[in-house]
Amino acid sequence: MAALMETEGLVRHFGGLKAVDGVNFRLEPGEIHALIGPNGAGKTTFVSLLSGRLPVQAGRITLSGRDITRLPAHARVRAGIAYTFQITSIYPRLSVFDNVALAVQSRGAADIAAGVAEALARVNLTGFDAQEAGTLSYGHQRLLEVAMGLALNPRVLILDEPTQGLAAGEIEGFKALIRSLVPDTTILLIEHNMDVVMDLADRITVLNFGRVLAVGTPDAVRADPGVQDAYLGGHHAAG
Amino acid sequence: MSGGARIWALHLALVAMLFAALFVLPTYHATNLARIMVLAVFAMGYNLAFGYTGLLSLGHAMFFAAGMFAMGLPVWHWGLGGGPALLLGLVAGGAMAGAVGLLALRTAGVSFMIVTLMFAQAGYLTILYFGQVTGGDEGFVVDAAARRLFGFDLSSDVPRYLAALALFAAAMAGCLWLVRSPFGRVMVAMRENEERSRMLGYDPFRVKLAALVISGVYAGAAGAAYGLLFGYVGGSFATIQYSILPMLYVLLGGAGTVLGPFLGALLMFYLIDITSGFTSAWLFFVGAALVLLILFAPKGILGTIRERGARWLP
Repeated sequence: MAALMETEGLVRHFGGLKAVDGVNFRLEPGEIHALIGPNGAGKTTFVSLLSGRLPVQAGRITLSGRDITRLPAHARVRAGIAYTFQITSIYPRLSVFDNVALAVQSRGAADIAAGVAEALARVNLTGFDAQEAGTLSYGHQRLLEVAMGLALNPRVLILDEPTQGLAAGEIEGFKALIRSLVPDTTILLIEHNMDVVMDLADRITVLNFGRVLAVGTPDAVRADPGVQDAYLGGHHAAG
Repeated sequence: MSGGARIWALHLALVAMLFAALFVLPTYHATNLARIMVLAVFAMGYNLAFGYTGLLSLGHAMFFAAGMFAMGLPVWHWGLGGGPALLLGLVAGGAMAGAVGLLALRTAGVSFMIVTLMFAQAGYLTILYFGQVTGGDEGFVVDAAARRLFGFDLSSDVPRYLAALALFAAAMAGCLWLVRSPFGRVMVAMRENEERSRMLGYDPFRVKLAALVISGVYAGAAGAAYGLLFGYVGGSFATIQYSILPMLYVLLGGAGTVLGPFLGALLMFYLIDITSGFTSAWLFFVGAALVLLILFAPKGILGTIRERGARWLP
């Protein structure tokens, strides 16, 4: 089957730091794909290249076979790649309604109010429309950001550490939400919480020092000796 | 009454009050009010760029003067009529803002402020340099024959007031419609969080350029109308003072509010009018008013009212 998104030899260095150093990567349509790796492995840099927030230095990115390597970030969003920030990025001084409406009208929806209501319902924020977004609790702000991503009706939703700072109960709800999105939306997830990763992901890519260390199902990755050395093993041993 | 109906009712009520004021006020104040309405149109344009889109420009005098000279020069040199000249002014303001924006919008924040200031100074010096064509320092009087619109003589008080009111009402309705439209929401989004807006699929450069051009059209229309209604075109309107005035009006009345520019222009105009009547140090009072504003109502008068309860105020 053709990949939905694919990269070949993707490179981004910051001076001497090889943040992303020749990454080949495939995102299959309809999967939940997790991107893991130790701190500084290049995960956020890699998805920033995918979403166009950072320019690529070498290599190639395709979306359904179309070369999008030089496409500016806003045009990639229009092409169907939505990105939610690692550090929550909403419009704190605008209402919840306006926050989501900006995403709904960006995709060209005719009925903005209906689109907003639908997106808010999916993340269980119905009834918060009129509230100023900055006054929401942290967990609700994360959900609002996910709602903005969903409201774009993306083909690929990139979530950068979405469960960071969420309470245990909120994480359960979040997992159910992500499961409900596939296979219409393909999910690329950066996540530190291994329980969430092992539970949700169909496939996992492990990055280390800007390179791909392993790719496979959660079981295969867990069993990979290289991964255990670099990450899981060390982490578990230390923990 | 629904939110939308209440908002339109409020703004129509202001227009009705201004219409009634023509029959109540003495001529001196009616003429002042006509000036204030035209300056408020200028400030509304400034507000669309600064208050709604977050573009802090110090170059709007250039767009105001572009409108004024694009109206006045064809009248002076070729005897063009008032109506077409007014349209030329409006187009010139927008075109000038588009040209400046293409270059200046590569910068942001303080750099944008300095680049726009630089362009405006260059514009002012250009007017002086080509003094034989532009009238330079002294400016020129707009020919009375051109100061007619639909058969009305704009140099007499009542038609002049009504023309100013018509322009003001049209500008305000346009502004109100724009800021309540989906594009208005995107303008505010750029002001509030540009990176987030980009990642929702909006091209910041295009949105800001469009906002600046609309702002320039307002400034150009105001400049052209000012020259046509009050009969004088001069280089002094291209000085930095005319970039700062609309900013003061907007800050005083409330940035990012539809009625703020008018309220700010009204209060500031009379503050200067009254204080300059008894002291040459009237700038002291302007300064004091601004200090009080920053201390007690940094969001301006209507911005503060909106914050304290009238959340529906556009």
